[in-house]
Amino acid sequence: MTYLITGSCIKDDSCIEVCPVDCIHPKPGSLEFESAEQLYIDPEVCIDCDACVEACPVDAIFADFELPEKFDYALELNAEFFAERSIAERTAA
Amino acid sequence: MAPRVAIVGAGPAGAFAAASLLRMHPQVEIDLLERLPTPWGLLRGGVAPDHQEIKRLEDTFDLQTLGAGCRFLGNVDVGVDVSHAELMDHYVAVVYATGAQTDKSLGIPGEELAGSWPATEFVAWYNGHPDFRELEFDLSARRAVVIGNGNVAADVTRMLTLSADDLARTDVADHALGALRESRIEEVVVLGRRGPAQAAFTSAELRELGRIPGVELRVRRDEVALDPLSRRWLTDQGSFTARKNVQLLGEFAAAAPLAGARRRIELRFLRSPVAINGVDKVESIDVRGNQIVQAEDGQLRAEAAVDAVETIECGLVLRSVVYRAVPLPGVPFDERYFVLPNERGRVLDADGTPVTGVYAVGWIKRGPTGILGTNKRDADETIECVVEDLGSLRSPARHIDALLAERCPDLVTVEGWRAIEARELTAGRQQQRPRVKLASRDELLATAARSPA
Repeated sequence: MTYLITGSCIKDDSCIEVCPVDCIHPKPGSLEFESAEQLYIDPEVCIDCDACVEACPVDAIFADFELPEKFDYALELNAEFFAERSIAERTAA
Repeated sequence: MAPRVAIVGAGPAGAFAAASLLRMHPQVEIDLLERLPTPWGLLRGGVAPDHQEIKRLEDTFDLQTLGAGCRFLGNVDVGVDVSHAELMDHYVAVVYATGAQTDKSLGIPGEELAGSWPATEFVAWYNGHPDFRELEFDLSARRAVVIGNGNVAADVTRMLTLSADDLARTDVADHALGALRESRIEEVVVLGRRGPAQAAFTSAELRELGRIPGVELRVRRDEVALDPLSRRWLTDQGSFTARKNVQLLGEFAAAAPLAGARRRIELRFLRSPVAINGVDKVESIDVRGNQIVQAEDGQLRAEAAVDAVETIECGLVLRSVVYRAVPLPGVPFDERYFVLPNERGRVLDADGTPVTGVYAVGWIKRGPTGILGTNKRDADETIECVVEDLGSLRSPARHIDALLAERCPDLVTVEGWRAIEARELTAGRQQQRPRVKLASRDELLATAARSPA
């Protein structure tokens, strides 16, 4: 399984602060962060620990099997976001 | 004695600033001053009623500010009830988080006609802002035109097209629900000055416009076909959102018409309003075609392309161009950028010297940009300056409470707000809605006054 951030994300970065494997992108301070409309969880690195779900103040994060229907696009969107990033970028801290 | 800090404005920027200050300097006493009887600013009065999940941020704000000992001083109008100089006499530091409350005007003829409104007033009305309750929006015409391509434009477009049943499940203000129930609007035309690649919608908002039950979303193929400059920009430096928007708009343009649609939304691109027409009220709007050109600084801009003007009949125009801040009496103001001139949140005077003990955070600091969470990092930056300066600032001995008792007989404290909140939530449970807002100042103040203070 994997976790997905949906369109209600407000980019307050509570999830980034608690993520133990630093798999949420883009990172605050980067140029990409400013233009991003939401944050994304890298399914290849995520360890399904649930910390981000707990931390999100607007409940924008769901396990894929619990994704509400109105956010059914989120899995594909997430995949597209990471498909555009190089492996090196993803694994760099 | 603990240093006392005033934060003026209890919206998201003020709330993030209070939370940040308590985190960085737990010994400080914070007063959150607010013009309205209720806290959380645009989270309560701006975020659309059908976006309830975002409104959950209120719980975090409450927990990290009022729940952590920060005082709420509601129904206090700084600049009217209490002056800036008086605040400076009572607090070691004053942080302005007053946001940007008005719309920029379009500067076109007919803008002042009845039926032409700043979108922000429509938003305040349907969200139960007590100062806008009495507004009367004429929703009897078949077509409305929304000018602008950002999140406010998307919000008002949804509010004009959602079914009454869907609206009734939200916390939309009752007076607005009644009016929207009777709405005869069948079509909302949304005008974007620039092209699909430059639209300010997030892809989530755009996608949502295409998924309103019973509403057809129309996009013209010729208007979403990218010009060569935009195509190159999108490939070379377009954001993920911009690429996604262009893709979605292409899909919308190719989609078959929705059979049996209740209402329609039409997104128009490369169209600028040039005049609003009507005798006593809005009857139509004149729209000019634009083309994308590259300015000298390399930016892509919209420029008038053809002289031909198209006239769109409509009875309502909502102008959603950009939010603007208004000056605060006694505080420096940058008339060009509509912000408090500042460096990392330290407010500067005309010579560029920091004004001792005065700070800015949120839209009044950086202009109306970014989303809710942007204010968190913005607040951290300002609060770092406050904390750095606290050591060298002298705390005034006087306490504000005596002055407030004299000037603000209808002060709303945290107990008053809790009473308002409890009544709204209880009414909401009874009607299976998230909350039923008290939308007049009288009701709000009466409910607050009945709290066991």
